[in-house]
Amino acid sequence: MELLIFYPLALVSVILAFLVVFNKNAIGSAVCLIGMMLGLAGVFVLMQAHFLAILQVIVYAGAIMVLFMFVIMLLNLKDDDKGWKMRERNVWLTSGTGVLMIGVLYKFMDTTAEAEFNSPATVPDNFGTAELVGTSLFTDFVLPFEVASILLLAAMVGAVVLAKSKVD
Amino acid sequence: MVPLSHYLIFSATLFSIGVLGVLIRRNAIVVFMCVEIMLNAVNVSLIAFDRYMNQHDGQIFSFMVMCVAAAEVSVGLAIVIALFRNKATVNLDEINLMKW
Amino acid sequence: MSFVSLAFLVPLFPLIGSIINGFFGLKIGKDRVSWVACAGPVMSFAVTLILLFSTFFHPEGTPYPEQSLFTWIAAGDLVIDFGFQIDPLSLVMMMVVTGVGSIIHIYSIGYMYEEYSYYRYFAYLNLFLFSMLLLVMGNNLLVMFIGWEGVGVCSYFLIGYYFEKKSACDAGVKAFVVNRVGDFAFLLGIFGIFKMFGTIDFTEVMTAAPTTLIYDGEAATLITLALFIGATGKSAQIPLYTWLPDAMEGPTPVSALIHAATMVTAGVYMVVRCSALFNMAPLTMMIIALVGGGTALFAATIGCTQWDIKRVLAYSTVSQIGYMFLACGVGAYTAAIFHLVTHAFFKACLFLGSGSVIHGMHHEQDIRKMGGLKDHFPITYVTFLVSTIAIAGIFPFSGFFSKDEILYHALMDGNVIYWGMGISGAFITAFYMFRLVFLTFHGPSHVDPHVHPHESPKVMTLPLIILAFLALTGGILGIPLIHGWHVLHNWLEPVLAFDLETALHASEVMLAEHGHHTSFAEVLHEAQNKSHNIWLEITLMIFSVGVALAGIATAWFFYIKKPELPGKLTKGQWGFDLVENKYYVDEFYDETIVKPVVKGSDLLWRQADARGVDGVVNGVAWVIKLFSRAASSFQSGFVRNYALIMVMGFIFLMIVSQIEI
Repeated sequence: MELLIFYPLALVSVILAFLVVFNKNAIGSAVCLIGMMLGLAGVFVLMQAHFLAILQVIVYAGAIMVLFMFVIMLLNLKDDDKGWKMRERNVWLTSGTGVLMIGVLYKFMDTTAEAEFNSPATVPDNFGTAELVGTSLFTDFVLPFEVASILLLAAMVGAVVLAKSKVD
Repeated sequence: MVPLSHYLIFSATLFSIGVLGVLIRRNAIVVFMCVEIMLNAVNVSLIAFDRYMNQHDGQIFSFMVMCVAAAEVSVGLAIVIALFRNKATVNLDEINLMKW
Repeated sequence: MSFVSLAFLVPLFPLIGSIINGFFGLKIGKDRVSWVACAGPVMSFAVTLILLFSTFFHPEGTPYPEQSLFTWIAAGDLVIDFGFQIDPLSLVMMMVVTGVGSIIHIYSIGYMYEEYSYYRYFAYLNLFLFSMLLLVMGNNLLVMFIGWEGVGVCSYFLIGYYFEKKSACDAGVKAFVVNRVGDFAFLLGIFGIFKMFGTIDFTEVMTAAPTTLIYDGEAATLITLALFIGATGKSAQIPLYTWLPDAMEGPTPVSALIHAATMVTAGVYMVVRCSALFNMAPLTMMIIALVGGGTALFAATIGCTQWDIKRVLAYSTVSQIGYMFLACGVGAYTAAIFHLVTHAFFKACLFLGSGSVIHGMHHEQDIRKMGGLKDHFPITYVTFLVSTIAIAGIFPFSGFFSKDEILYHALMDGNVIYWGMGISGAFITAFYMFRLVFLTFHGPSHVDPHVHPHESPKVMTLPLIILAFLALTGGILGIPLIHGWHVLHNWLEPVLAFDLETALHASEVMLAEHGHHTSFAEVLHEAQNKSHNIWLEITLMIFSVGVALAGIATAWFFYIKKPELPGKLTKGQWGFDLVENKYYVDEFYDETIVKPVVKGSDLLWRQADARGVDGVVNGVAWVIKLFSRAASSFQSGFVRNYALIMVMGFIFLMIVSQIEI
């Protein structure tokens, strides 16, 4: 049953990811990326990680991708001719690397997934809810949480400084 | 029941596509977006393991990944804007001043 | 009441004078410099006199006092202390050095007064005196060696005093380098002595010599040969004499002090001090006698042909020191020291007299441009004449007594060949010295009209008078024939006494231990049966005076009676040209030794160092540059390449992690 939901979602996500890479213009890539993220949010829900699914939609698809769109539209880029191009010297190298990568990753993942992981473990009812995630975030993992906030502050300041115009 | 390996292969595929995009695309912003694809793929993998082992650490970590991705995107795009101001292009082939 | 504790003052006074003059001389003015400079040697002379008188009361048979200042080196078996030894031999040398040194210092005040670097001269001269005193007062070979090197260095400084002249600088370097060759041999000798005796203290070595060394053995011969080569370097004998004539580039009082009275006699002193060692090596003694006699003759012939007043005197010095070594070579050490003392008197007087002439002639040194100067330089002329008669060896001047004693011993203790070399040298000595007198002071004047010769001031003529007086009366130290009246012999005998019988006996025992059975009986017999024939001695004396007079007469004939004759006879003669060019010895050395060394050094520099060593070092850098150039091609500045390499690395790591080891 879950497989029926999983396969279409996964397929759509992969196709959209492909489209991100092989799209001619940047806006098209951004839109495909949004779609991919929504698909992933669906996969999260399938895995009963509800909180993170919501976060994915709000933060990733909602804030980060919007930022991307802003910048693309700000820069007002012309169409990238041919969309993608490999350096002549690197064609074979890159292709080979890609193939190799896929093969290795496949092998990697395959050996990791043992038979006993074929069925998911029994999880409590509040698995993946905001309550559970929030509790552990504020008790076990409070330090990374705080550090992350400082990181965000630093990123904010850095972004402002970097993007400031040179005037005054 | 979806076996874990399915999720993992899904994650791996997404990751490879992201890497491919980084290597191939010339537009700096699109390269960034491919980096986002990679990060998302990792998120999928993390949560999959969480589900199948009844832990919540992966979700927290995934949370942090999202947080870091946000920070990274903002700073990175600021750099791209600064770069664009100087060179009027985001074509990676033309940004090659740091050679020996 | 031993005054030996005052011994350290003797070298200290000139040292302090040297330091004061060296550092502050330019500021304190010439007159103060003169006072400081002369105070040193004079005070040292006074202390030496005190030590001399205290030694008169020294009981016989006991060892002479030493003053050890501090233990200098204590390294395992090698224990050397820095000390002074006040025995008759060193006292004789100290008297000569400080006495003649003081006189020459006073003379220098007049001679060098117009010089700008007045203070530098006196600083070096006092430093020289300090080194020379260390040399003669040292109680072991190492302190002597310090003094030895010190006088070499001061000689270099003083010869190159007029350093604006290239010839002076070259002469200074030549003196130092040739000396160095001798010093190397001297050092080898010192090492040999340490190896054989385990100590380099004079008293210990000399008392142990008869019983430690084998008579006429290899150790004795080699050590003494090495020491003698060192002495030839310092005392300008064949083959290391070439520096002395060139050393005349220095100021004349320097030539008087260093190259007549003191430094060049250091070699003789060293040989006499180590007489016990030399007595054990008859082969070396023969070489010394031959070299000494040969040098005496050789240098005398060159002296006949030189035209520079100082060069004639320089070759005369080489020749006279040859006599001293001839005496050492036949075992007549007292005669050698006697001749050393009288030579110091008359040669210093001659040099200072020539300095007076040069000074009065405004630094003209060529005797062909002189002549008839006896009216212009009355005092100088008289003192010069007195000293020349002394060097010719006419009774009753001092030179007669010392030279005659050498000739007598050369015949009696040596053989007729030595005597023959000596007597021919005496004839030639009388000849060229009077040639010098006649050409300079007598005859028609060839003086350049622009030069107005005048007598020197009292500060210069007074030392001349003192030295001439000593040259006249110095013979009193060694009156022969009458037993017990030879003052110097009695004085030095405790130091030079050598028991040949014990030595030979000990050597026989040592050789027998190694399975060689020899008998030194004939040697002992020959040594003990030396006859002492008074009539032979008187005959020899009369004969040598006659030879000297003949030399003077020959010179008078050639330079007063028929002055045009020498020029006519020698014109175009290849023999004369050979001698006038000093037998081309300098050129020979230059070709055979100097040029190959310079070429070798050039080769080592250009090939071995610049190309070889530098090449290796640069080559390493070149290889590194090569590799780094290859490695830096990674930094293409092309971001996508970087990403590609990162991914490839990641894949590589993953593959590696999957491989089961």
